[in-house]
Amino acid sequence: MTILKNLGYWLGLPIVLIVVWYLATLGDVSIFVPRPLPLWEKFVSVWLGDNILSDVVPSLGRLLLALAISTVLGVALGVVIGSFRAARWFSEPMLEFLRAIPSTIMIPVLLLVIGLNDTMRTTVIVLGCLWPVLLNTITGVRSLDEVLSNTAKVYGVRGWNRVWHLVLPGASPAIMAGVRQSLAVGLILMVVSEMFASANGIGTLITNFQNRVAVPEMWSGVLLLGVVGVLLSAIFALVQKGVLKWYDGLKAAADDN
Amino acid sequence: MLAPLPVTGTQVIRVVKAMRRDRRAQWGPVVLGVAGVVAFLVTWQLYAEFGPVSDEFLPYPAQVIGQFFANFALTSFWAAIGATLWAWLLGLVISSVAGLVVGVLIGSSRFLRRATFTVLEFLRPIPSVALIPIAALAFGPQLEAELLIIVYGCFFVVLIQTLYGVADVDKIAYETTLTMRMTWLQRARHLVFPTLLPYFMTGVRLSATIALILGISAELIIGTDGLGQSVAQAQLNGAPVAMYALIVTAGALGIVINLAARAAERKVLFWHESIRAEVPA
Amino acid sequence: MTIDTNGSGRMGGDVRLHVENLSKIYRGRAGAVEAVRSLTFDLHQGEFACLVGPSGSGKTTLLKMISGLLEPTGGIVALDGKRVQGPAEGLAVVFQEYGRSLFPWMTVEANVELPLKTAGLPKAERRARVLDALNAVSLGHAMTSYPWQLSGGMQQRVAIARAVASRPTVLLMDEPFAAVDAQTRGELEDLVRKVWREHDMTILFITHDIDESVYLGSRVLVLSSSPTIIQDDIAIDLPDERDQVGTRSMTRFAELRALVYEEVQFAKTNAGGAREDRAA
Repeated sequence: MTILKNLGYWLGLPIVLIVVWYLATLGDVSIFVPRPLPLWEKFVSVWLGDNILSDVVPSLGRLLLALAISTVLGVALGVVIGSFRAARWFSEPMLEFLRAIPSTIMIPVLLLVIGLNDTMRTTVIVLGCLWPVLLNTITGVRSLDEVLSNTAKVYGVRGWNRVWHLVLPGASPAIMAGVRQSLAVGLILMVVSEMFASANGIGTLITNFQNRVAVPEMWSGVLLLGVVGVLLSAIFALVQKGVLKWYDGLKAAADDN
Repeated sequence: MLAPLPVTGTQVIRVVKAMRRDRRAQWGPVVLGVAGVVAFLVTWQLYAEFGPVSDEFLPYPAQVIGQFFANFALTSFWAAIGATLWAWLLGLVISSVAGLVVGVLIGSSRFLRRATFTVLEFLRPIPSVALIPIAALAFGPQLEAELLIIVYGCFFVVLIQTLYGVADVDKIAYETTLTMRMTWLQRARHLVFPTLLPYFMTGVRLSATIALILGISAELIIGTDGLGQSVAQAQLNGAPVAMYALIVTAGALGIVINLAARAAERKVLFWHESIRAEVPA
Repeated sequence: MTIDTNGSGRMGGDVRLHVENLSKIYRGRAGAVEAVRSLTFDLHQGEFACLVGPSGSGKTTLLKMISGLLEPTGGIVALDGKRVQGPAEGLAVVFQEYGRSLFPWMTVEANVELPLKTAGLPKAERRARVLDALNAVSLGHAMTSYPWQLSGGMQQRVAIARAVASRPTVLLMDEPFAAVDAQTRGELEDLVRKVWREHDMTILFITHDIDESVYLGSRVLVLSSSPTIIQDDIAIDLPDERDQVGTRSMTRFAELRALVYEEVQFAKTNAGGAREDRAA
């Protein structure tokens, strides 16, 4: 019974909305308003055929590569900057400025400096995704528990051991929060970077449809990006559940007391 | 009043060291911060001079900074900034109000919260920039196109924060207000609103940054008036110095918006503990 | 004040911890605060010394200086004849905040093993020591649990096991039972006595609880108020076999307790001076 009820909550409104949408678009509407059936047909014919390999996969490949680079870079820099006061003082004003630059505006520059290629598109995503990871890592490293940190010192846990056994796990809740923010930013930058002439990619395809004024096809691209976004955050939630198992347990234990 | 113990050489050295550390804490951030900026500029200079990128594409920092200030005398420069800020402000206000209203409506009913979950979880992650081509076709390079992108992106940010805020209203406090026979309006005013406000302000602060990014992206691609469009124009004209100077301007604008958003949050929430805790540094 | 810093010759062979003229002056914008004036004492192999003092007697400052977490303004701490500068090998610490001194992302076993791992011990040796230490605190069954799945008393037992497994020259305990309930506290006291005797350890136990210091220690050092000195050093001549009911109802226990109590009362008003009026 509860399963049925939950299912009702899950699917109820979407079904109602789709039916209303269908009925409302039966008559004559502006060409820019999508209709459910043609949208679905286009979604299947455009994205579930050859384009998966030729456009969707390259897009996601660049996104994941860029996310990996920004995570590694952000965590590495964040650990250094968070651990040393001098490094923090040295980098703070410059970082404060660089992160305030809206990352999409760097695209024209990167076009000049790097050229029109995948490296440029990946770099754009990294430039945007680096900041959430970096700033969260710095905060995470700085707010390590003092007693825990003293314990590590007393027991001779230093150098790499300290980073590996204390700093990284201790900062991991903050790091994961940063990566989650990066996901959303990364998806935006993936699309924008591909809207500047690209050989392939979801954004490129949508722009091509724009040039052909193929409106339902464009909407199907929006639908696809919604699906990608949902899948990415679902996968991330799974990873986070594994990585932060101890943290959830700790919080639950603290709430009981 | 200090110890009558014999003071040794090492002790004196330690005391001097401690005093030095104190002074370091005072001047360190300034000196090292300036050093950081200088190091960045020097690296840039050297890279422009000896790096693999041609001078045409990567001008020297001095040229860029010069252009940055020279721009201040140009009307077109201020017009671009004005256009960007106007779209930013309109977009931020519309999405904040819409997010707040919808959030309170959905949040105050358990039924609506559960029923809208799937729809929100699907619509939220759609990157609003995916709508850029549609907006470009539907509106052309007009303010409406840019607003659509900004509002779609920021609306969900404010909405989600508002939902958290409504969910955070203390159950016991709520029941207390019921026993006090408060009206719906009184309850909203004295209980829901104060609980909600910090969350809502967080949403607005996050949106302030996002709105700038989205607005500039829209200007860049659709060609709506503003900083983004100016940068795209400078690139097409082959004027890298102007382009870099505009990017520096965008960074400065970003900083100003960050600071303003934080200041606004502080001013509205001066009584809230998360703000109070930040004060002593 | 010239001190032989590697003076194993000057200090008796069985001196594990040597503290001499240790002092700490905190300097801030508001001026200098003298927290610790001059502390001198030796801890010999197999001793169980309790440090008691009124609150604000610089116990934490002292612990941090001995464990190398805080640089003293003057004086010397030496472990096995080697001067302590920074966290030293051969020193283990059990902190009061058990919940914050265990690594929450590691199992009980991994927590106990970590110091051994970073010290580069071979796997077999590590395994044997971890088992031995966890059995000593009766937690052999909880090896794969996470600290936050255990009660407060059990968590502190894990911290004790970690200290025991590292086979320290000296074990420092900083008010380790201040945050557990009274019943658990009694159990943990007996546990520490047992581990101390079975593993032939040398322990410096910091507490503000007079009963605890007399019950646990073979020796009680009373600290004065800040700026701190050692006000008195009392030998606890109770039998080695102690139990919560029997020992605590002994006449000698009451006498020693009264003695320490009187010293601590006096310490509350005494700062930086030795007591000379005490009858021997």
